[in-house]
Amino acid sequence: MNFGSRSRWHGPTGSILAVAVGGVLVLGVWQAIVAIGGYATYILPGPLDVAGRFVKAWAEGTMAPHALVTLEEIVLGFIAGTAVGLAVGYVLARSRLVDLVLSPYLVAAQSTPVLALAPLLVLWFGTGLPSKVVICGLIVFFPVAVSTLVGLRSVDPGLLELGRSLRASRRQILTTIEIPAALPAVMGGIRIGVTLAVVGAIVGEWVGADKGLGVLINEARGSLFDIPLLFATLLTVAIIGVILYGLSVLAERRLVGDRG
Amino acid sequence: MSAPTIRLTGVRRTFTTREGGHLVALDGIDLEVAPGEIVAIIGPNGSGKSTLLRIVGGLLAADAGTVEIDGRPVVGPDRAVGFVFQEPRLLPWRDVRSNVAYPLELAGVARDARDSRADALLGLVGLDGFGAARPHRLSGGMRQRAAIARALALEPSVLLLDEPFSALDALTRERFDIELLDIWARTAATVVVVTHSIPEAVLLADRTIVLSRRPGRVVATVVSGLRRPRTLTDLGDPALTAAAAEIRAALEDDAADEGSTSDAAATAAPAASS
Repeated sequence: MNFGSRSRWHGPTGSILAVAVGGVLVLGVWQAIVAIGGYATYILPGPLDVAGRFVKAWAEGTMAPHALVTLEEIVLGFIAGTAVGLAVGYVLARSRLVDLVLSPYLVAAQSTPVLALAPLLVLWFGTGLPSKVVICGLIVFFPVAVSTLVGLRSVDPGLLELGRSLRASRRQILTTIEIPAALPAVMGGIRIGVTLAVVGAIVGEWVGADKGLGVLINEARGSLFDIPLLFATLLTVAIIGVILYGLSVLAERRLVGDRG
Repeated sequence: MSAPTIRLTGVRRTFTTREGGHLVALDGIDLEVAPGEIVAIIGPNGSGKSTLLRIVGGLLAADAGTVEIDGRPVVGPDRAVGFVFQEPRLLPWRDVRSNVAYPLELAGVARDARDSRADALLGLVGLDGFGAARPHRLSGGMRQRAAIARALALEPSVLLLDEPFSALDALTRERFDIELLDIWARTAATVVVVTHSIPEAVLLADRTIVLSRRPGRVVATVVSGLRRPRTLTDLGDPALTAAAAEIRAALEDDAADEGSTSDAAATAAPAASS
């Protein structure tokens, strides 16, 4: 995956090579720390132990049900947060009045960490799916709303004048100028939101849930006392995060395209 | 559609400054552009040239006075009026063909029809084979050609150009001026072109309107008395060099005259009859 840097690791083979080299380095250092420090597997398991436990957890069906629950929470929360974020961002960009009235409260709301609200949200929405969707949705909402607002506000006035000179309708201006122009900014907000949504789901599950990767992390550390499983669960969380981020980058490339 | 007459009477436009003051951009502008005529508007920075063009195009309203195209008052943008801006203003997410076809798309023309029309227009402005390119792959000159093609898409009977080639070097600009005349000869539109280049004004126009510094008023009207079609070598023709000298004199009179623009208008009056 390319995180935006352009160097000699240019092109698909180059970036695959770069990721592989990075991976080998990290795993090597990890294994070296375990070997040199002589840590027990219940403190710091080596990469081979973790890989083995990861495969076993998926093979015997321990991991999948939890992972699916967490993924569902993230996806639903992401969809809800993005939808509301786009709508609110659009209204804020359209109306100075709404912006003046709402913005201070939005900023205040955002300054209160959603994660700190998690216990309250679980109290209100229960330990099931809805509370996690609300937590993820709130986390995704803010960056999407702000980037939509900024994206729509920064549309080149020259293009808007062009549209006006061609008698484009309000709706045509929105669909043919404003939305495409705001898209790069909006996609940036979505990219931030999607990674934060993973954090939201895990924390929501810690506060109260009976299924999900957050629950599995707690169980692996507590009642099961299976530290390699804890690491294997973290690995699953990381993989979900990377895949979702990768999908958002792909979507961005697809939608934004070659603009120079 | 045959080319219309443009008539401005007593046009005035003020802007409110950030501090709440009023700034008179244009005052007492009377102008008549005959069907199929090319009129250039020249003037120092801040003389309201672009404002005047936007008022003719219905993008800005006049505070006083009337603007009519073929006797009908201008109340807003009109699809019979093609606008070429100082910058190409191409939509960077669309290829060149779909940029040129954009006005047709807004007007509800079917895809096939607008694509073939766009390709014909690209041929007209010398951009054959660039339809699938994204704007940022083109040079500045090619982008402005695309913008001209776009302005012609709806077959406008009036073409308004706001310093269309000011971003190009002098030689390229003169070449583009000749191409613009070729295109005009095929469309026979009524044209108003804003410029700050004297050679461009005399080469393109039948008449050049010289505006004063703010508030912009007409200080001279200079006729480029030369037959068409014109070529680049005509820039050395006595008729055009005389017109250029007259425009320069009017601009310098205005610059020398600090403040009192009414005097400038008075001294320029004899020039208007030439």
